[in-house]
Amino acid sequence: MGATFVGMPPFPEAARTALADTRLRRNLGHATATIRAKRAAVVAELDDWEDLRRQAAAVKDETLTHLDEHLLTLEAALTERGAIVHWARDAADACAVVAEVARAHGIDEVVKVKSMATQEIGLNEALAARGIAAWETDLAELIVQLGDDLPSHILVPAIHRGRSEIREIFRTRMAAAGRPAPDDLTDDPAALAGAARLHLREKFLAARMAVSGANFAVAETGTLVVVESEGNGRMCLTLPEVLVSVVGIEKVVPTYADLDLFLRLLPRSSTGERMNPYTSTWAGVTPGDGPQEVHVVLLDNGRTRALADEYARQVLRCIRCSACLNVCPVYERVGGHAYGSVYPGPIGAILNPLLKGVGSDPVTDSLPYASTLCGACGDVCPVAIDIPGILVHERVKVVDAHRGDRPKAEALAMRAAAWGLGEAGRMALGEKVSGLVGRLPRRRGMPGGRGALSWLPFPGSRWTGARDLPTPPVESFRAWWRRAGRDEEVRR
Amino acid sequence: MSARDDVLAAVRAALGPERRPAVEVDRAYRGRDPLPAGAGVVDLFVERVEDYRATVTRCTAADLVDAVAQALGGAARVVVPDGLDLDVPGAVPDDALTATALDAVDAVVTRATLGIAETGTVVLDHGPGQGRRALSLVPDLHVCVVEAGQVVRGVTDAVARLDPVRPQTWVSGPSATSDIELDRVEGVHGPRRLHVVLVEG
Ligand code: SF4
Repeated sequence: MGATFVGMPPFPEAARTALADTRLRRNLGHATATIRAKRAAVVAELDDWEDLRRQAAAVKDETLTHLDEHLLTLEAALTERGAIVHWARDAADACAVVAEVARAHGIDEVVKVKSMATQEIGLNEALAARGIAAWETDLAELIVQLGDDLPSHILVPAIHRGRSEIREIFRTRMAAAGRPAPDDLTDDPAALAGAARLHLREKFLAARMAVSGANFAVAETGTLVVVESEGNGRMCLTLPEVLVSVVGIEKVVPTYADLDLFLRLLPRSSTGERMNPYTSTWAGVTPGDGPQEVHVVLLDNGRTRALADEYARQVLRCIRCSACLNVCPVYERVGGHAYGSVYPGPIGAILNPLLKGVGSDPVTDSLPYASTLCGACGDVCPVAIDIPGILVHERVKVVDAHRGDRPKAEALAMRAAAWGLGEAGRMALGEKVSGLVGRLPRRRGMPGGRGALSWLPFPGSRWTGARDLPTPPVESFRAWWRRAGRDEEVRR
Repeated sequence: MSARDDVLAAVRAALGPERRPAVEVDRAYRGRDPLPAGAGVVDLFVERVEDYRATVTRCTAADLVDAVAQALGGAARVVVPDGLDLDVPGAVPDDALTATALDAVDAVVTRATLGIAETGTVVLDHGPGQGRRALSLVPDLHVCVVEAGQVVRGVTDAVARLDPVRPQTWVSGPSATSDIELDRVEGVHGPRRLHVVLVEG
């Protein structure tokens, strides 16, 4: 059940496929431009935005600097409030805990609140392998799940789908998962949301167990926070008997008072609203209200690996608002799938290598290069993560990890270039040749009216495979100097 | 070693052995007035709640019962939480109703813990008159009574007043989604309509 990112091609290959999909580019362009404008308008309402960012970064830095202490405080507070705390080194640990809770209650069906952490650990697939069905209840996640598809955005995972595709998915796939779509279903968004409401309400009313993540976990009081819009989160957090929340260890904030910052920064950065429609908080078990058995799984899964990098650990400040995706020119053109991970866009390009480490997986190693380094992501980030700086830092790590490898064609081309540029005579020779190349027919123009070559023979194809090469001028500088110089002399 | 020991050991190894001083967090943003110049707190609250396509009725304490009855429109069965100090037509007391039973009522009337002007939010901490969390979630219409004196300026003021160990529900407008081509659609899983009755004087 469910598609998986495993086995995805590295970014340049995936990006080429995505770029050829014009509908995807149109949907994405519209969506990111809309969210960008909304965000800019509500951010402009606050004249202390920069202060808030700086202070939120400081709160997160405090959390990370003393993470062991804050985690122990959180564990104690949760336990005192009647929650059962589990720890998970990795995805396998975490999935096993959730499955074990379900098994102990004889439960074979759970409802889920949209959560990046549970996607990261592949929980749905792990539960399916143990005979437990996990139903996504966020509308976009439902579209992705029913379509046997992959999420392509942190906030709006089905952003790559148009309304007629969604109608088709509901019409053909809903029945197998429960209540079928109405026969007269149109592609009007309200009608589609209505079909999801009826389909999922059956599940909410019957569900005995829910799985969620958390946006924040307050160490001091054991308060967990889930921020959402549709009310599916509230349904899952409130109606079932048993609730399991999978929480990354970086989600901790030290005190309840710290939440004011994040509840101002997150909705504005994320959906471009002053506040999201629903925020739920709970601390352990409340007698007579909500689930009477509450579990919290504290998840590492690479976070301590990221923490060990003293410079790049700031990536763990991330509150998954997705603002960096919406401003990224690369993301806007290729979409989320090309990143081969549940974390796409600029944050994915740094978070994946930091969580997984570099040097063994070509998809992960390609991600730090999936950027123009334009800097828009760093400017927009509400917790002031230096995303461009970390991209460069991770590129260095990727290069270091491959130092001992057999040289690649691109490296050979670079070495040849270094030799060619290394001495005046060789360079003059090269320029004569490039002057010839410059007279070759040009396939495309570049910005500024400059000609460009989009194809060179090997090993030059390693470069032109992903970029255009500006055509060299028809005349080399040396040739021009000789000619113009002679002219000068003649004129004198 | 247990997973707990392993994770904590990995955290400590990542951070290194030396003593780590606390990171200073400056709180200069607190107490700053988030209101646009000239706006009153209550007026701004009304404006921002309406911005979310919720309905607002302003009334006096004397008119409250009528205003609530009006807000309920034709709702025949209205669940009322324990401790609600209002006469509500069609009231069904919350007798530990199951989710399915709640699904069969038309509306709910609750009070609130506070309102936030800057964001147009009502916050319930599910104390007396507010009911357990499911009550304001399952029925299709939520009528929420807020006293003018409960309205604070911004999120910072709200967090400072709330009790961290009580469950809370922050509500800004009716349930909504923008997942389909970013068209906003109201009413997905939570109440499709939110009606705030604001009591002044
Ligand atoms: S890196 Fe910053 S902008 Fe990107 S999702 Fe995380 S918090 Fe948001």
